[in-house]
Amino acid sequence: MKIKPTFWKLVFLFLMAAGAYATYVRFAKGLGPSTNLSDQFPWGIWIGFDVLCGVMLAAGGFTLTAAVHILNIKRLEPIVRPTILTAFLGYVLVSIALVFDLGKPYNIWHPLIMRNPHSVMFEVAYCVMLYTTVLSLEFSPIVLEHFKLHTLLKIVKAVLIPLVIGGVILSTLHQSSLGTMYLIMPEKLHPFWYSPLLPVFFFLSAIAVGLAMTIFESSMSAKHFGRQLELPIIKELGRVLLVVLGVIGILRFEDLLHRGVLRLMLKPGYEMYLFWLEISLSLIIPLVLLTQKKIRSSAGGLYVASVLVVLGFITNRLNVSITGLESSAGMHYVPKWTELAITAAIIAAGFALFGMAAKYLPIFPAEEHHAQAEGVPAAGAGVFVHAGD
Amino acid sequence: MSKSILYDATLCINCKQCEGACAEHNHLPYDDTVAAEDHQSEHKFTVVLNKNEKYMRRLCMNCAEPACASVCPVAALRKTPEGPVIYEASRCMGCRYCMVACPFGVPKYEWNKLAPRVQKCTMCADRVQAGEPTACAAICPTGATKFGERDELIAEAQQRLRQNPGQYVNHIYGLNEVGGTSILLLSSVPFEEFGYRTDLTRDPLPIFTYRILSRIPDFIPLGGMVLGGVWWITHRREEVAAAEGEAKQEVFYPQGGDRSTK
Repeated sequence: MKIKPTFWKLVFLFLMAAGAYATYVRFAKGLGPSTNLSDQFPWGIWIGFDVLCGVMLAAGGFTLTAAVHILNIKRLEPIVRPTILTAFLGYVLVSIALVFDLGKPYNIWHPLIMRNPHSVMFEVAYCVMLYTTVLSLEFSPIVLEHFKLHTLLKIVKAVLIPLVIGGVILSTLHQSSLGTMYLIMPEKLHPFWYSPLLPVFFFLSAIAVGLAMTIFESSMSAKHFGRQLELPIIKELGRVLLVVLGVIGILRFEDLLHRGVLRLMLKPGYEMYLFWLEISLSLIIPLVLLTQKKIRSSAGGLYVASVLVVLGFITNRLNVSITGLESSAGMHYVPKWTELAITAAIIAAGFALFGMAAKYLPIFPAEEHHAQAEGVPAAGAGVFVHAGD
Repeated sequence: MSKSILYDATLCINCKQCEGACAEHNHLPYDDTVAAEDHQSEHKFTVVLNKNEKYMRRLCMNCAEPACASVCPVAALRKTPEGPVIYEASRCMGCRYCMVACPFGVPKYEWNKLAPRVQKCTMCADRVQAGEPTACAAICPTGATKFGERDELIAEAQQRLRQNPGQYVNHIYGLNEVGGTSILLLSSVPFEEFGYRTDLTRDPLPIFTYRILSRIPDFIPLGGMVLGGVWWITHRREEVAAAEGEAKQEVFYPQGGDRSTK
C-alpha cells in the first residue's frame, strides 16, 4: 500500500481550501446558512462526529498512560508517545470544532466563571479543559527533550504520576459524561440507545476504541514511517480489546434484555438497520475475528479488527447523537456541504499535524533494527499518512 | 408564591389577541403573515392552533424543574421563584443543549444571526415580578387564558373537570408532566392532536442526569486513591525484585531516542 505523497498533498490542499471557504461562510453568514441545523434538529455532525467521536478516538491517551504508568506494563512503553500525541491533537481539534458549532464562540470561556454544577455540559467543559492541559503536560517532555530544556523536563517528570492519575480520572469522568448528556432525553432518544447505562457504555467503548486506535496507529506508522511493526505489543492490545468487547457485548445484551427492547431487534425499520450495522461492526465481527487465535496473532487480522471497532463505535456515537433522535424530531438530518467540508478539513489537519510532529519530534523510540528500515523512503512532509482526530 | 397560567381551550374563541400581546411585550413584529404561522418560532413565542374549530395554545411550559435550565452550562436559563423560566442572552454561548433537552421542543434559535439568541416565552417575567398578569392573560377577552397562583388554578381546573365532565378530556395537562409545569391546559379534544405528548414521564427530567452527576465529587478522591494504590503496588513489586538482586532497569518515561528513519 504505497501511496504517492503528491496525490495526498493535492487532496490535503483541496480539503483545506474547501474548509477555508466553509469557514468563511460559517462566520460571515451564521449557523443557518452554513448548516442544515434547525429548531427541530439543533445538533448535527459537528457535535455528533467532531466532538463525540473526536473525544472517543482520543481515548488511547488515558488508556495507554494508565497501562504503562499505573499498571506498570513496561512492554507497552514504546507506543505511549504516539498515543499521547494523538490524544493531544484530538482534544485540540475537538476544541476547534466547538468554536465552529457554538452560536457565540467568543463566549466559550463563560463556563469558567458562570457555573451550573447541575449541568453535564458544564462538567464536560471543565474536564475537557483540564484534561487538555494534562495532555499538553504529558506531551511536553517530548518537546522539552527536543529543545534540551532539562530543568523543565525534570519538573514535569517529577509530577508525572499525579498527572497521569489526574488524567485517568478526568477521562473517566468526561468520557462517561458524554453519555450522561443524553440521559436528559428519555422521551426523545430511540430505546435502542437510550439506557440508564449510557455513561457506562460510553466509557467502556472509549477504552475499546482507545485500544483499537492504538493498534490502527501502530500499523499505519509501520506502513508509512517505514518502521518495524511492534507486533508483540499490538497482539497484547488485541487480547485486551477482545476482553473489553466481550464485556461490552454482554452488558449491551443484558441491558436490551432487561429494558424489553430485544423484540425491536427484529422489527424492520430505519433504526433497526442502523442498530444492526452498529452491532455488527463494533461487536459481532470483531469478536468473531479476535476469538480466532490465528487472526488475533497476525498484523493484518488485528488491523482489520481494529478498523471495524473504530467504525462500529463511530456508528454508535452517530446513532446516539443523530439517527436515534430523528424519529422523535420527525425529520431526517443530512449535513450540508459546509458542515462536511469543515469536518473533513479538521480531520485532514489532524493527519498533517501528526505527520509533522512525527517528523520533527522524537515521537517514536530509537529503532533497533536499522537494517529493516533502510531502503524505505523516509516520511515526507506531514501531509500524507496517519491517524489524527 | 409560584404563579401559573391556566388555559381552558373550551373558552377560547381563536381571536389571537394573546399572540399579538405576546409579540408586543417581547418587541417582536406581528402582522397578518405572522398571525397565519402555525408554529412557535424565534419570532413567535405563542401560537393558537386551530383544528376543526377546536383551539389550543402552545407556549413555553415554564416547567417547575426545567430540563433547559438544568442542562445550561452557563446558567443562562433559570427558573425564578415566581414561576417564569428566564433567559439571559449575555451569558449564553450558543451550545443549544437546552433545545436538545426540552421535552416540548420549545426553545428556538436565531439561526440567521451572527450573535444568535435562544428565543422562547419567558412568561412575562418582568410583569409577573411586578405583580401583574402575563400579557396574554391580561388581554384575553374570554378568560380562556387565566393568570394566578398555581395552587388556586389547579383547584379551579379540577372543579371545572368535576362540574362539566362531558366537556373535557379528563386531564389537566401540566399538572404532573415532567414533574409539573407553570402552564396548565384543559381541552375537549385529546392533547396529542395538538402535538402535546401525553406519554411524558412524571419525574422531573433533571434527576435523570443529576443522579449520575451528583456522584462525581465522591468519585474523585476514591478514584485517586485506587489508582495511586495500584501504582504503589505495581511499582513496589519492582523494588522488591530489585532488592532481591534481579537486575531490572528503571525506565520511567519513554526514553528520548531520536527519530530513526531519517
